[in-house]
Amino acid sequence: MNRAALVFALLLLVAVPLSLMAGRVWIDPATTPNATLILAELRLPRALLAIVVGGGLGAAGAAMQGYLRNPLADPGLFGIAPGAALGAVVALWFGFTASAWLLPLFALIGAGGAMALLAAIAGRTGGIALFTLAGLMVASLAGALTALAISMAPNAFAMSQIVLWLNGALTDRSWREVWLAAPLVLVGIALLWRSGRSLDALTLGEPVTRSLGVDTRRLLWLLVLGIGLTVGAGVAVAGIIGFVGLIVPHLVRPLTDRRPSQLIIPSALAGALLVLVADSVVRVLPLVTELRLGIALSLLGAPFFLLLLLRMRKGLA
Amino acid sequence: MLGTMNLSVEDRLQGVDCRIEPGKITAICGPNGAGKSTLLEVLAGLLVPDGGEVVIGEQGLASMHPRERARRIGYLPQSAQIAWDVSVRSLVELGRMPHGDHLAEPVDRALAALDLAEFADRRAQSLSGGETARVLLARVLAGEPDWILADEPLAALDLGHQLSLISHLRAAADSGCGVVIVLHDLAHAMNFADRVLVLSEGRLVATEAPELALSEERLRKVWGVDARWLGEAGARALVTS
Repeated sequence: MNRAALVFALLLLVAVPLSLMAGRVWIDPATTPNATLILAELRLPRALLAIVVGGGLGAAGAAMQGYLRNPLADPGLFGIAPGAALGAVVALWFGFTASAWLLPLFALIGAGGAMALLAAIAGRTGGIALFTLAGLMVASLAGALTALAISMAPNAFAMSQIVLWLNGALTDRSWREVWLAAPLVLVGIALLWRSGRSLDALTLGEPVTRSLGVDTRRLLWLLVLGIGLTVGAGVAVAGIIGFVGLIVPHLVRPLTDRRPSQLIIPSALAGALLVLVADSVVRVLPLVTELRLGIALSLLGAPFFLLLLLRMRKGLA
Repeated sequence: MLGTMNLSVEDRLQGVDCRIEPGKITAICGPNGAGKSTLLEVLAGLLVPDGGEVVIGEQGLASMHPRERARRIGYLPQSAQIAWDVSVRSLVELGRMPHGDHLAEPVDRALAALDLAEFADRRAQSLSGGETARVLLARVLAGEPDWILADEPLAALDLGHQLSLISHLRAAADSGCGVVIVLHDLAHAMNFADRVLVLSEGRLVATEAPELALSEERLRKVWGVDARWLGEAGARALVTS
């Protein structure tokens, strides 16, 4: 385990108990009535879900930046998150909320659809540029269809549900979502971790990577599958939570030797920490209604992104 | 032996037959667009030819597993983009990827061979152009390949660094490695290569010792340049009239 992974694992160990206690009502296990029930049925699954979703987004961001050799890359570039969001929006549009499994299932189908579309457009050649462009188009298409669904929502209730859901949150989630997302995200992170050494080779460009015996098409599919599982499952249970995949690798990189392979697990841990802390903060903020997690992270992420661009501009000037 | 039989790639290479010997420096020369880099990419197994085949020893390159091919052939592309500010050692260690190991010994040997031992912990983006070129060659040497294929390794280097890199490539050839380099500088090809392949419009027009391959007559025919060689063998200079 490298130093960065150790640092974020320790911070996570500190953050979990704090997060379990934090909320509109601060829980003291010794005195709060029904403390065990609240912890076991509400706070613990929510904390675990934050860890699962954040871990997946962090690892996906690190892998994506390594693959595109670009510190401004985000897992959303493959169009998988917008695809998953579209799936969930379809479920909400048709009012398929009778079973709690239906919405995440539709989101996973949306993520799978985005991956299939990517395969159909750019799967044969496996070139980085074509794939990124195809991903952007898939994202645009899914975004446009989502906007269409909102504008043609059957009633005001469905529309408000869609808009709320798109903003991403971990409110009122249960163990069901944890059991659904955790295995998928873990398998996804494992796939991304496996691609690490090949991502290291990409530091020297695609021709060198291929000359080192790396099957770059296989690498691409490993990444699409890994990002599809981590991001798709994350969106399925929490909605759109942006910027985690972009910010986290930047926070982690200075603590590592900067090889992409050394960034994936620490970024998973740091992503888990970021989402867990952000979700705890939105719970304790003294607002009339709880601030949506997706909005909170965007409020944090957008200025961070601008700062990054300013720093790059100085470097380029 | 590394060779090609009746190689063709779209309209870039036509009917190229060549045999390249180990333990020697072979230069690939020709005007812009003659197919030099294409030939090197095909030899490296990075580009699949439309016709013909590349043979390494007795085996066809196409039938070789990519990892086995990577163990035999080290490829150094023209551009030296290093995406992340990693350490020199971790860049050189990438050369071990085809072997699936992290052996320190070949990496240390490659670093020492290119006078980079004290650079091992330096960051890639703190290196000068000449130092970067040496690090990238060290990455190839760390893989202990039988063949080194380099695409214009001297481009963007000053004269001192060019001569230094040539001496490192010569040392690799002397240790039994076959070195194939694409060269634009004909004087370097004349003075430092053992053999020269001359390409013109996708066809191989010479595979000879440099004095013959780069004769004044051929410079006129292939490059369309009236030029004369001055000086002694091994220290020739090209002057245009």
